[in-house]
Amino acid sequence: MNGTESECMNAILEMRGITKTFPGVKALDDVNIAVKAGEIHALVGENGAGKSTLMKVLSGVYPYGSYTGEIRFEGEERRFRDIADSEKLGIIIIHQELALVPLLSIAENIFLGNEQARFGVIDWSFVFAQTKALLKKVGLKEAPDTLVTDIGVGKQQLVEIAKALSKKVKLLILDEPTASLNESDSDALLNLLLEFKAQGISSILISHKLNEISKVADSITVLRDGTTVETLDCHREAISEDRIIRGMVGRAMADRYPHREPRVGERIFEVKDWTAYHPLHADRKVVKGVNFHINKGEIVGIAGLMGAGRTELAMSLFGRTWGQNISGTVLLNGREIDTSTVGRAVDNGIAYVTEDRKTYGLILEEDIRKNVTLANLEGVANALVIDDIREMAVANDYRGKLRIRSSNIYQQTVNLSGGNQQKVVLSKWLFADPKILILDEPTRGIDVGAKYEIYTIINNLADAGKGVLMISSEMPELLGMCDRIYVMNEGALIGEFAAAEASQERIMHAIVKAGRH
Amino acid sequence: MDTRVSDEIAGEKRESYGSFLKTHFRDYGMLVALLLIMAFFQVMTGGTLLRPLNLTNLILQNSYIVIMALGMLLVIVAGHIDLSVGSVVGFVGGLAAVLIVKFGMHYVPATIICLVVGGLIGAAQGYWVAYLKVPSFIVTLAGMLVFKGLTLSLLGGQSVGPFPPTFQKLSSGFIPDAFSVEGLSLTSLLLGVITAAALVYFGFRSRVNQQKHTVETAPFGFFVFKNALLCFLIIGFAYLLATYRGLPNVLIIMFALVALYAFVTNRTTIGRRIYALGGNEKAAKLSGIKTERLTFLTFVNMGVLAALAGLIFAARLNTATPKAGLGFELDVIAACFIGGASAYGGVGKVTGAVIGAFVMGVMNNGMSILGIGIDYQQVIKGLVLLAAVTADVYNKKKSA
Repeated sequence: MNGTESECMNAILEMRGITKTFPGVKALDDVNIAVKAGEIHALVGENGAGKSTLMKVLSGVYPYGSYTGEIRFEGEERRFRDIADSEKLGIIIIHQELALVPLLSIAENIFLGNEQARFGVIDWSFVFAQTKALLKKVGLKEAPDTLVTDIGVGKQQLVEIAKALSKKVKLLILDEPTASLNESDSDALLNLLLEFKAQGISSILISHKLNEISKVADSITVLRDGTTVETLDCHREAISEDRIIRGMVGRAMADRYPHREPRVGERIFEVKDWTAYHPLHADRKVVKGVNFHINKGEIVGIAGLMGAGRTELAMSLFGRTWGQNISGTVLLNGREIDTSTVGRAVDNGIAYVTEDRKTYGLILEEDIRKNVTLANLEGVANALVIDDIREMAVANDYRGKLRIRSSNIYQQTVNLSGGNQQKVVLSKWLFADPKILILDEPTRGIDVGAKYEIYTIINNLADAGKGVLMISSEMPELLGMCDRIYVMNEGALIGEFAAAEASQERIMHAIVKAGRH
Repeated sequence: MDTRVSDEIAGEKRESYGSFLKTHFRDYGMLVALLLIMAFFQVMTGGTLLRPLNLTNLILQNSYIVIMALGMLLVIVAGHIDLSVGSVVGFVGGLAAVLIVKFGMHYVPATIICLVVGGLIGAAQGYWVAYLKVPSFIVTLAGMLVFKGLTLSLLGGQSVGPFPPTFQKLSSGFIPDAFSVEGLSLTSLLLGVITAAALVYFGFRSRVNQQKHTVETAPFGFFVFKNALLCFLIIGFAYLLATYRGLPNVLIIMFALVALYAFVTNRTTIGRRIYALGGNEKAAKLSGIKTERLTFLTFVNMGVLAALAGLIFAARLNTATPKAGLGFELDVIAACFIGGASAYGGVGKVTGAVIGAFVMGVMNNGMSILGIGIDYQQVIKGLVLLAAVTADVYNKKKSA
């Protein structure tokens, strides 16, 4: 056996027989994972499978003693007491929710907690020089003194990685790094991981996006219900997405999108010359004279890159909740309707399910019941007085119909999983009984099983004669669900495809072509 | 798949019984604390605390704090704060004195004018907070200074009084007694019994209704115990007051307002919307709730209640002084937080705020009887506020 091969076989990290219990719940049960030096190791599993818990054990958030089992890093047993312990050895974790301070500069963020100072005085020229070098490594051209709030999410992600590099990282753990990135930013990030791999940095990649995993991973560990199901070696055999899904859900998933016979009726919703300007920069036109329509019982998609103006279009339509100086007409069943406030938009039969359910969709502290009835309190009230019994019946009805997994309707929504939270938001808007539903990234951050349930709900809505407008950054999802797909780029609709003629290539082609003009 | 789902649901159900008890303990924890504090001072003061005379005083002293706490609770639940209420109390008291004493106006139109002015003050501040988006802390800090100054200028730096006896009745009057029993106001006692009976009746009716629709209810034994305790407290309380001069007018006003606000916050759409607004303003707005108008209205409401408190306080002192209302805002805000309101908005109960106000009131009263100096009273009150909120935060962390 030659040297390089044995080095390659060496595991930089081994976690053996990790068991972690919370009061009443066994979150991890005898989990094993081995990451080889210089590989990209994907960790997959449905939400709640124990991925995050395992990473918290590894990084010292759950200190030695609060779990059983053994962690070996670089051949030695390690007992981390806190995050600082694991970071010292070069284990750096980047969480899904970025830990950057928005109003500090890139340089300040990179060296936060690790300030380059002598006697408490920061050496700024050294810091800026270091930052520049780090930014170059991750392919960012921003000036080191740019505020983090002024750069996009994709670039913020890169700043986090630069921060990790500044700490001499040996094992980089990325938790859903591309969840909020568009495809080109995601690709850039994945390429960066491959580059790090060439430099000998190992990484653990947690992701729901299986196409990305098949693209970069060397091996895949599948977790299900807190146990290791299997570890797949991507070099020994080609691993298909269906193969991974089978491991995650414990069964073959025949079709990721439920079947539906479209019964498309007459035109019920139409938007003409819709234009909106940026709320802060009055001269920036973000939605540029958009025209589109939705038919009864139809699911219409809007594809586009991040920043194409899709959410802005939807929110400016829905009660002018985004933008200023908005103009254009909205027709419902051929008649012009007023959507100038959320109340009027809702009264006219429009509902908008936000892309960010925690910030814009739910009152997290409140229970399922109160969230479900929030957009239509009149529906459970006599005059001004809420009828508790009727409200309870409504909430129970939706909990059953949409299969919201919870102990009862009095459970706080903050304690629900992403998929179940999304079902609560959907329930809220279904109870308002809209004719048109605008769904903005309806399956973001939701595991495969729950996605299928959400798709089924959407199909049922279309079958019930509603018009559905679906905004999504996951093109396969649009292709699998929609009857018709509009393509949006830089604030304008630049293409329209019927389901039969749409494909990922054609949509990307349309975007690239429009970008060249 | 299906078996897994049902397992999951069963597992969660078992867990929810524990949390059911826990949440209910939190509901009654503050009440238990109040009773313990009362018991403590009752023993320490050798029974003075619950003497009818002192009990009557306790109510008169705290009525205006309780009334303002009702408005403050809504403001805090909506995610804001109002620091100006103390100054508004002083200003409205001064206005009443000028109208009634100086201009000889009848007390009815004067009272109405004062309440309207309170509403306008609330509207002015609410406009800045709700529509101009200036933080409420700043707006009402400004209001605090402005109305303190206006009170001084209105009264010319002097005390104005006394009020006519009819106006004084607002805070020092007692409900008339229809029966002539020596040493016992039978009307007052009857009112207490009727109130207790009504509470039990409504509690029982809602329980039956809930059971009919298979809602989880508290165990029957617990229900009986809770209602028996409630009856004992209310009737006992009414009896003690009846042996002195009966129920004070201001107690009736206070009780009616507490009942009204408890109903509004628990059962009405506007109440629900205020909680939603405080819980997540963006989500509330995107659910069609007119968040600006609602914020505005909570401040208008606060202004009216502060004006009412100002009238009661002026009537109680029988004079309007430039110093009236000084520091009231602190007691009112403390009452809300002791009663479990969250500084981040969205959480808080009317009953909690009322209990919080009485915790402060009983401590003020008890410590005064014990002869503890005003200096240490402040220290102790501050520490109790800190302890109560810390316990709340700790509780929340544990249940999360």
